[in-house]
Amino acid sequence: MPDAPSDAVLDATGVAKRFGAVQALKNASLQVGAGQVVALMGANGAGKSTFVKILTGVLKPDAGHVRIRGRDSTVSNPAGARKWGLVPVYQEPSLIPDLSVADNLRLGDTAMAPFRHWVSELGLPDLDPDALIRSLPLASLRIVDLARALAIEPDVLLLDELTAALPTDLVERVLRVVRAQADAGRSVIYISHRFTEIAAICDRATVLRDGLTVGDVKIEPGIEERIVEMMLGGSVAAAVTEGRTARPLAAAPPRLSVKGLKTGTRLTDVSFDLHRGEVLGVVALEGQGQDELFDTLAGNRKASAGTVEVDGSPRTFSHPADAIAAGLTLVPGDRAHALLMSRSVRENIAIPLLARFRNWGAIRMGEEAAKVAHAIETLQIDTRAQGEVRRLSGGNQQKVTIARWIAKGVQTLLLFDPTRGIDIRTKRQIYSLVRDLADQGAAVLFYTSELAEVRLACDRAVVIFNGRVVDVIDAKDADEATLMRAAYGLTGKVPA
Amino acid sequence: MTMTATPTPLARLGRVMVDRPLVPLIGLLILLVAILAILNPGVLSMFWAGNTLKIAIPLAMLAACQTLTMLTGGIDLSVGTAATIAAYLTATLAPLIGVPPAIAVALAAAVVIGLVNGFGIAICRVHPLIMTLGTALIATGCLLVYQRYVIATGVLIPEALLWLGTGRTWGLPNSLVLFIPFAALVIWAQRRSGFGRLLYAIGANEAAARLSGVRVWQVHLTLYTLSSLIAGVTGLLYLGQIKTASLSLALPLDLPSVAAAVIGGTSIFGGRGGYGGTIVGALILTVLTSMLTLMQIPEGGRRILFGLIILAVTALFIRLTERS
Repeated sequence: MPDAPSDAVLDATGVAKRFGAVQALKNASLQVGAGQVVALMGANGAGKSTFVKILTGVLKPDAGHVRIRGRDSTVSNPAGARKWGLVPVYQEPSLIPDLSVADNLRLGDTAMAPFRHWVSELGLPDLDPDALIRSLPLASLRIVDLARALAIEPDVLLLDELTAALPTDLVERVLRVVRAQADAGRSVIYISHRFTEIAAICDRATVLRDGLTVGDVKIEPGIEERIVEMMLGGSVAAAVTEGRTARPLAAAPPRLSVKGLKTGTRLTDVSFDLHRGEVLGVVALEGQGQDELFDTLAGNRKASAGTVEVDGSPRTFSHPADAIAAGLTLVPGDRAHALLMSRSVRENIAIPLLARFRNWGAIRMGEEAAKVAHAIETLQIDTRAQGEVRRLSGGNQQKVTIARWIAKGVQTLLLFDPTRGIDIRTKRQIYSLVRDLADQGAAVLFYTSELAEVRLACDRAVVIFNGRVVDVIDAKDADEATLMRAAYGLTGKVPA
Repeated sequence: MTMTATPTPLARLGRVMVDRPLVPLIGLLILLVAILAILNPGVLSMFWAGNTLKIAIPLAMLAACQTLTMLTGGIDLSVGTAATIAAYLTATLAPLIGVPPAIAVALAAAVVIGLVNGFGIAICRVHPLIMTLGTALIATGCLLVYQRYVIATGVLIPEALLWLGTGRTWGLPNSLVLFIPFAALVIWAQRRSGFGRLLYAIGANEAAARLSGVRVWQVHLTLYTLSSLIAGVTGLLYLGQIKTASLSLALPLDLPSVAAAVIGGTSIFGGRGGYGGTIVGALILTVLTSMLTLMQIPEGGRRILFGLIILAVTALFIRLTERS
């Protein structure tokens, strides 16, 4: 690791943070000098967002220090961070929707004149300051948020995934303005998944892995591969678990065939086939359109273009009930969206059995009890606290969301990051369950934010970047480095 | 209230009220009856018990509407109006077209109110509070128009309704003939029918119910229609009990019906509660009213006290049972 610049404007050293049993950050460091743009990088779960929260005063570190211009951070809240000289701009604009642009500025004590200057500099000279925030498109909000931050003239600007979902012309302007800030002597922390942007404007990159700062490199041509290696670290060698050999695909029409699917701004053009007996992994960095893909397939969102075919016949879903009727059942990423927290395990598992009008009458209690018991047995749910799902552990709650579809009968299972935040034992149970389901003829679409899982659970994986499928990789070739490169939109296959 | 710390007595009471809501409720009811007996020695009798039941039954039936809608996180403030309209139509149409057709028209009118509520809430996504209040206002207006143009022939209260509303058999009110099967059906349906389970599911997490394939609008439409139908039937019973057809017959029962459900442990936020508690809640309110009447407090003071007691009991119950 090169020595930190001695004139560092922002100097964070040895930062650690623990949440209960989870050590989110062990020893994270970041130095940013005057006139520098430093990229902060790390795979999912590396501790990036915890680190950002500590830098901006949302969280207090257990150990380590954060200094700006040599002063120790006394920041205890985001407003404090601003006084102290650090202004963050997040992926979700922090503006009040029911107030006008001008009112939002007043609320944040930001002067109008410099704001106007930056807004036109950033490509929106016609922005009406009296427009309500809720009436503006997302791209404009990002610009407003950034212009507001620039108008404060901070010592350190922290930009978190600022360009996600911005149109290309705006991205160019934003990058130019950010670079100009650094050239004028300010400091910028730049968080992005896009290597092209990092190459364009950053001076250095600091890489986090498992809560540690594992590298601090100068940006130069060809550095992408090294950064990917650093993000993965030893885990490539560790994941020697046997990759599955791809199963011969059935000759029958695919269970699910998706062609040119598009919805919203993020999912632009996704196509793939999913066969019976297959577990198809989906790999993508955050916000590349995978949420929209799963929502659309589950009937929770309408596609604006493209087709979905089930067993060879085209289907359109206007309600989740339509997707369920076609055999497509979703386990959403956020358990809170799937569970009736105040109801019992049995009621949670049984709802799909009662959802349709013709099942509104008397419940066949014996039959229901048998189906629920079978699902609980299959998933080995710990039912000691079954009176209220909220009293179950996270892993058991996740099992309940899957059990619901086991009880209903699985044809095509859409699993969105089903192992996030659960213990390793439960994870393994879920992998083998997914395998068993596929062996019994189900088709499974499996999005995971943990790259190592592709080899453990999938036959193939499609990699989505920027709303498109950029690569399809067989499980046997799906080592983390290959997946990571593909997920960052770098050349797909490893050179042999 | 953390899980690890030793629960305080209040927290433990709250827990009991969530897990076995009927136990503390029946305790409160017995306590009230005891206070009543102390304040007015000799008031307790078979006649008093029958009378209390008779008064509590229409309230408990309207409170069924509140319980069912509140399970989904909704409310139905048009029940008093639906009941009043059903009663008024029956009494005024019976002399013109005969009793059975009059009752049919009356219940049909109640169902229309429910369909309008259901349409607004299920399809247009209007908040139930606003929708049912609005419908009640419109329906009351329609009733006024009806009263101006149709009345003339006088009022007839059907014999069967008088028997049901005021008659007694072995000291017990005949309205139990209607109420016992009704209550049994509601209690059965809330646990053992698909429809009942979906009410809890929607109240607990509407998005999750939707993701599980529930077409929430169908449930809402059915629910509010059913609620108004129950209110209409209650109106017929109430007509037999009060024995006059007035334009505001059952309106004073609107808020007590909500209070009975809330006191009975049904969460206004949905997903928790049940009709068993509501019935006890209706009895508690009825005993409370008769207590205040017997204490010979002037009408104004009685209303103030009644309101205060409802608020206090409700606030206490919510405080004890609604844990995050």
